[in-house]
Amino acid sequence: MDMQALVIAAHGSHLNPDASTPTYAHADTIRETGAFDEVREAFWKEEPHFREVIRTLESDEVFVVPLFISEGYFTEQVIPRELRLGGWEPDKWESDGTSASQVTLEAEDVGKTIHYCGPVGTHDAMTDVIVQRAESVTDDPDVGEGFGLAVVGHGTERNENSAKAIEYHTERIRKRDRFDEVKAVFMDEEPEVDDVTEFFESDDIVVVPLFIADGYHTQEDIPEDMGLTEDYRLGWDVPAEVDGHRIWYAGAVGTEGLMADVLLERAADAGAELGDAIDRVRQITSPANGADGDASRHSQAGD
Amino acid sequence: MPVDTARRVTKMGMDDESTSATQRLLSTLTAAEESETTGQDPTVAFDGLRVTRDADDEFTLTIDAADIAQSSLNAGALESLLAGDELESVAAYVTNWHYWQETVGGEGTARRAFLRWCEHASLSVSAGTQGGNGDERGAEQGQKQDRTLSVPDRYAALQDGIDREWGQLCITARFADVDHSDGERVYDLWHVADAGTDIADLTVYDDPGEAREIATYDEDGRYRPLKTAPTLETGWAFTGLSGEELVDAVGFFYPATIANWHREREGNLDIDHWTETADRQSGIYEVVSELPREAVDWMAEACCVDSQCLRRREWEYEDGDELDANGGDGPFPCREPCSLVVAAARKWAIAESESERTYELELTPTERNQLEELIDAVADDRTDEIREADVNDGANRYRARYLRAKRFSDEGGLAMREQSETESEAESN
Ligand code: SF4
Repeated sequence: MDMQALVIAAHGSHLNPDASTPTYAHADTIRETGAFDEVREAFWKEEPHFREVIRTLESDEVFVVPLFISEGYFTEQVIPRELRLGGWEPDKWESDGTSASQVTLEAEDVGKTIHYCGPVGTHDAMTDVIVQRAESVTDDPDVGEGFGLAVVGHGTERNENSAKAIEYHTERIRKRDRFDEVKAVFMDEEPEVDDVTEFFESDDIVVVPLFIADGYHTQEDIPEDMGLTEDYRLGWDVPAEVDGHRIWYAGAVGTEGLMADVLLERAADAGAELGDAIDRVRQITSPANGADGDASRHSQAGD
Repeated sequence: MPVDTARRVTKMGMDDESTSATQRLLSTLTAAEESETTGQDPTVAFDGLRVTRDADDEFTLTIDAADIAQSSLNAGALESLLAGDELESVAAYVTNWHYWQETVGGEGTARRAFLRWCEHASLSVSAGTQGGNGDERGAEQGQKQDRTLSVPDRYAALQDGIDREWGQLCITARFADVDHSDGERVYDLWHVADAGTDIADLTVYDDPGEAREIATYDEDGRYRPLKTAPTLETGWAFTGLSGEELVDAVGFFYPATIANWHREREGNLDIDHWTETADRQSGIYEVVSELPREAVDWMAEACCVDSQCLRRREWEYEDGDELDANGGDGPFPCREPCSLVVAAARKWAIAESESERTYELELTPTERNQLEELIDAVADDRTDEIREADVNDGANRYRARYLRAKRFSDEGGLAMREQSETESEAESN
């Protein structure tokens, strides 16, 4: 069979070195499985840039998975344009906003076959990552009963699909009947994350931001807005007492080790031959197997 | 005696190895079919070595550079010749073939071309090509013609190691086993500034992935958003990497540089000039296409010269309209404005949309000089070096604080008057 490569397309940052930490961590997990001949990280703001990543590969069959939460500007315009995907248009995904799976195109600068996949954030497997994130932060593999779960997103201001992705997973988790309450909250629209305690009756609330990496929003904005801390620089407790509730703030879901599984699922849906890699990744990243869940360092609880 | 025993064992080991390279070459040759299209006899031709199977048990061996031409050899005679039993120099050609064709492989790939470059091997490997000139097409500009070495010269040099520089990286190609060369190469990688440092004083790594961490921060712990900035930290070394691992490590230090260098050598580097890159932008970066022509010159001078970035800028304003600033002369090209430059261009595009005004303020000549020194100190990243008590330096902290105390108004900022346009017009009339 032809050589196959995985490209993880992430945003990255010119200012914050931690933005790419989860990307590297998930890439390393997947490298460990040996499922792909080549695994490459690519970025909008770091190197290799989207523009130059495909030419670094020897494989002819390339699976590109955007490490983004929702379909929108980056997945529909920026990444396909920078990768020079010939004939791309968003309609090719035939998506209702959360259902993009993949489309096969050619990268015109190198003449390679590119399976351009939907973003990780809208894949069904992402639901499991949110739940596993809740397990990690509470250190309880059975967390659910007596707990509320809040999934935090940006809101529609920048992109309406971003709210759709949040609602989608919230609904799926709600149907599992595992947590007493499951709600979507947002940074820039109602219901707002600032008032999270008002929306829950449960004493314990796990708050999981559906963000790819920790940064300004998840490490400064949200903790202060929720009243976990006066000043993010002082850190916060997990759980933290707010208005008579205990808030278990999880930080960006994208740092959860199991994200590597979603990347693989995307590639598998697009036809990548992965052998037992998905099972192996689930094992490697399972907290039950001693993985600490966290794929990256992130400042939390005052460290 | 134990020593002798050890020696004999390794000697046998070597024999085994070169036998194996020999055998592999023979089996390649015997497995090959006569070419249907050209009717040519099965041939192994590589780096100056040429072996042809003329008939079932009849071979010809030629190595022009070594003045070797023997024909009508039977399999046994050929085998002993290839193993170096008669002429030692032949064995080098055989293990060389084995390393490149069987260990490295990847004909036509950037990885292979880079590893060949590491030991000054010619890019083209067709039969009879000896060292030679002209088979390395450098870029027209900025790239020095590469001197290439023949197999025996490379084999002699690989004993001690061949050093090459790639930005701030120093790469040494050498034999894995110096005493008994079976042709296997390994590679060491460290900072050019550490060339004279004892390896014991460096932190030694063997996993190429570690390069990512090293490349993330500069010597002062500051984040390096531009991987090709000349601010790579010192004090580390990778030793004994395989070719593939070396290419991975270089890829983590300087992403995509090998791929673009290779494309340039192959004559198909796809350069996107400023206007093309700017016109492609969308969202908050759409504005960069409004950057005035001369501002692009200033931008290239600010960001892309060798003191700021080791990529050799090959992009210009547009095809046929070159920028003034020096593009640099490193080995690897920059084929389009990078994301850092595009992000900075947005700032400048917005700033350049303002119209110029004339301000009037009072400064002594020394103070005016001091402003220039301050700008220079920041632009040359020299502020850290200015000593606390060096009040002769205009960018000294006390000097700057003094100037601020004296010249800033109560609201902050330099106290100055803006001339209204009508006034300046009146003046010029
Ligand atoms: S655009 Fe300039 S600064 Fe950016 S990589 Fe190229 S040469 Fe370096």
